[in-house]
Amino acid sequence: MKSSVITFPGSNCDRDMDVALKKFGFKNKMVWHNDNELPKSDLVVLPGGFSYGDYLRCGSMAAKSKIMQSVINFAKSGGLVMGICNGFQILVETGLVPGVLLRNKYLEFICKNVFVKIDNKDNQYFKNLNKEVFEFHIAHNEGNYFCTNDQLKEIQDNNQVAIYYCNDDGKTDEKYNPNGSLNNIAGIFNKEKNVLGMMPHPERMIDKSLSGEDGSIFFKNLINNIK
Amino acid sequence: MEVNEQIAIDHGLKKDEYKKICDLLKRTPNLTELGIFSAMWNEHCSYKSSRLHLKKLPTKGKKVIQGPGENAGVIDIEDGDAIVFKIESHNHPSFIEPYQGAATGVGGIMRDVFTMGARPIANLNSIHFGSPQHKKTKNLLRGVVHGIGGYGNCMGVPTIAGQTSFDSSYNGNILVNAMTLGLVKKNKIFYSKAAGLNKPVIYVGSKTGRDGIHGASMASASFDEKIEEKKPTVQVGDPFTEKLLLEACLELMAGDSIIAIQDMGAAGLTSSSIEMASKGNLGIEINLNKVPCRETKMTPYEIMLSESQERMLIVLENGKEEHAKKIFDKWNLDFAVIGKTTNSKNIELFFDNEKVANIPVNTLVENSPMYDRKWKKSKLPKKNKIKKETFTKLKIKDVLKKILSNQNICSKEWIWQQYDHTVMGDTIQKPGGDSGVVRVHGTDKAVAASVDSSAVYCWAHPLTGGKQIVAESWRNLVSVGAKPIAITNCLNFGSPENEDNMGEFVECVQGIGEASKYLNFPVVSGNVSFYNQTKEVGIKPTPSIGGVGLIKNYKKMITMDFKENDNLVLVIGKTEGHIDQSLFARSILDEKNGPPPEVNLFNEKNNGESLLILIENDYIRSAHDVSLGGLLTAISKMCIKGNKGIKLRKLKNLINEIEYFFSEDQGRYVIEINPKNLKKVTNILDKNSVYHEELGVIIDNEMIINEKTKVTIDELRSYNTSWLINYMSA
Repeated sequence: MKSSVITFPGSNCDRDMDVALKKFGFKNKMVWHNDNELPKSDLVVLPGGFSYGDYLRCGSMAAKSKIMQSVINFAKSGGLVMGICNGFQILVETGLVPGVLLRNKYLEFICKNVFVKIDNKDNQYFKNLNKEVFEFHIAHNEGNYFCTNDQLKEIQDNNQVAIYYCNDDGKTDEKYNPNGSLNNIAGIFNKEKNVLGMMPHPERMIDKSLSGEDGSIFFKNLINNIK
Repeated sequence: MEVNEQIAIDHGLKKDEYKKICDLLKRTPNLTELGIFSAMWNEHCSYKSSRLHLKKLPTKGKKVIQGPGENAGVIDIEDGDAIVFKIESHNHPSFIEPYQGAATGVGGIMRDVFTMGARPIANLNSIHFGSPQHKKTKNLLRGVVHGIGGYGNCMGVPTIAGQTSFDSSYNGNILVNAMTLGLVKKNKIFYSKAAGLNKPVIYVGSKTGRDGIHGASMASASFDEKIEEKKPTVQVGDPFTEKLLLEACLELMAGDSIIAIQDMGAAGLTSSSIEMASKGNLGIEINLNKVPCRETKMTPYEIMLSESQERMLIVLENGKEEHAKKIFDKWNLDFAVIGKTTNSKNIELFFDNEKVANIPVNTLVENSPMYDRKWKKSKLPKKNKIKKETFTKLKIKDVLKKILSNQNICSKEWIWQQYDHTVMGDTIQKPGGDSGVVRVHGTDKAVAASVDSSAVYCWAHPLTGGKQIVAESWRNLVSVGAKPIAITNCLNFGSPENEDNMGEFVECVQGIGEASKYLNFPVVSGNVSFYNQTKEVGIKPTPSIGGVGLIKNYKKMITMDFKENDNLVLVIGKTEGHIDQSLFARSILDEKNGPPPEVNLFNEKNNGESLLILIENDYIRSAHDVSLGGLLTAISKMCIKGNKGIKLRKLKNLINEIEYFFSEDQGRYVIEINPKNLKKVTNILDKNSVYHEELGVIIDNEMIINEKTKVTIDELRSYNTSWLINYMSA
């Protein structure tokens, strides 16, 4: 299985994603933002970081960079595109997934483990996962998901919410919401569910010496689904 | 403008220093030259008051590849790998403008590390604020934390450990010390020594602006009521540009184009060009019209003294300009050939086809002033005689509650949760432990680091205090299973022109030297920050020690959380009941006098090395060093972290329970072992003559202190975690 991780100026989780993808069997290539063409890929990842320093608006400049035209075409033709953290912010800016990511509710960067609920499994990313509650890691300043009422209705009608913040029992109360996201939304699909944007970093949870191992479950399942 | 003595004084120079400049040049300097002298000869750059004493620190060792004198120190961690590290202060700017001051402090120290070819792999910090009741404290704390996070998070370097304290002596002068560790191959270390004639001198990074002019001079003076006017001297950081600069420099360093490289930190282009020339015993010629500027009509004086951030100066091999330019173009960074090395041994500056400065390099460096300042020796204070009734009146649970919720003991999670501590995917011990630990990427090794200071001890008796911090740093590394290798120090003091402050400095340095020599824990880098005072009042002497150690197999790393019911808990090292200068004495008894606990270096070394043997033999399940707050505080933290309780044994000691639990005797660790290993553990400890006592056994849910006193772990946790959150949200 082939994957590509895009490096924008200011990306800083690109290496971590490369390490994670390779660990679970992907043949990964790093792709420079200024390239025109995507290498042949089964999965394209927009990694976390501070592309273009988060200046103007998080993700807004990266969304306009050269390689993104190919990424958008790839997504529109049904290819799997996953944006993590800053990658999610970039996806929102391209319009591939609906909504926006505002500054965290308490105006502070948050770095910690959170529980997330994944019950939307009719897609390439999550199908065959044999549990619903995962411990993932977040590290962001602008992860407060927001959209209009009309958008929210459409998202719900199309079953586009990918991940919710919750507690260890899977309860999605406001108290388990770390950043003020609308309806505890931590990740969103496009309508076709081949594009996934999420704030949590599964690539930081791939080793029991690190923050935990739930990321390993996600990646192992992902590569099996794509095969 | 004609230069005269008054203008020199306005630049922070003393009368006799100005006279010396005129004598060395055999003429009156012009304004640009005077600016250069004032930047090079200020305390921050020249170490004129401290040099004499710093020379006495032990700086060599088998593992030391580079000691003080370069951008950072370098130690050997085997297999061809090396760690580059240093701590540096950014106190004055952070008080004036907390966000930018702290942010650029972090940016500056990371630059020092990657200048040497190392990729930064961990950040740490030591930050000290005034009394929580002081009107500025809350905003300063918030600003500094946001600044540290803002820079480090964007760079993608994890912040893995730190220290925060509050003390009214910092009301008018907070401390912000930032430390970075970088990883480099031993044979790919870059230095700042220029070599060869007619080599191109390259400027890369951000453009030069008018920010930070005279920043280093500002950092070399005391604050007064006009402090707000100094805002323009604070630099403005751009972590995005620094991230690009890091990647571009490492890309260029992968080849063989660079002869010397130096970041433009304090005193900007002035100190970077002069240091490279001085180390190479060369001259340097710069055409200031070639320097990329952000603003129009900048004068030579402004260009030379700007402290704009994210800039580097490089001496390249001839013919490598195009290759280097391509890399910097790729990363959208400015690149300009601004000069060349010469054999004149002078720094010669040109602007609009005129020579605007011509100074022999050695006058700026070797001939810079050095002072043997007057200093006062301090006496060891007399011990307090505390009456027995004072203790018997107190309830242990009340004392424990007060201590655990004290601002200097309480959990600092509110702070470190704002720092990305997991990026790079190698953080195996997060903030909140004895040391932060990161794996050496792709290997079985890990590096542990901690940062410590004990201003109260240093204030009570500088010599003992200096020793104590080094010992504590050593213990924090040992507690996680790391073999301590070396330290970096950031020496924060009041005015060196005040005999008391100077005495504190001299004796703290002496203490640091004695301990680091005894423990074979040499000082490989550091920085001195004097004039931490407002008007006549100096801060408590606050040397910060950053320690680094190696764990050969990261799977053997130890954490402090209690692990398993029925395991035994022991304390290594003897509890004598030293109460003076303890947190207990200061916060419960309101007793501020008396000597700090004695530091017995033999015991420190012996106890620590013995614990490392126990860890190597896999006998230790958890460990934590006993420091501020004493034994019961240490045990409480292990309970909270592990969500486990403990049933303590009845004390056999002759001293009072309160003295036993809250005294701050040094050289102690609390350890958890499986009962089946008790005999083996005590045999090793006895064989090495290490004092030990059994404390109790691990249980669920509660801490049973004696028949009458119990406290649940949830209660302990709420004492410990609520203070800072409540304070910041009030």
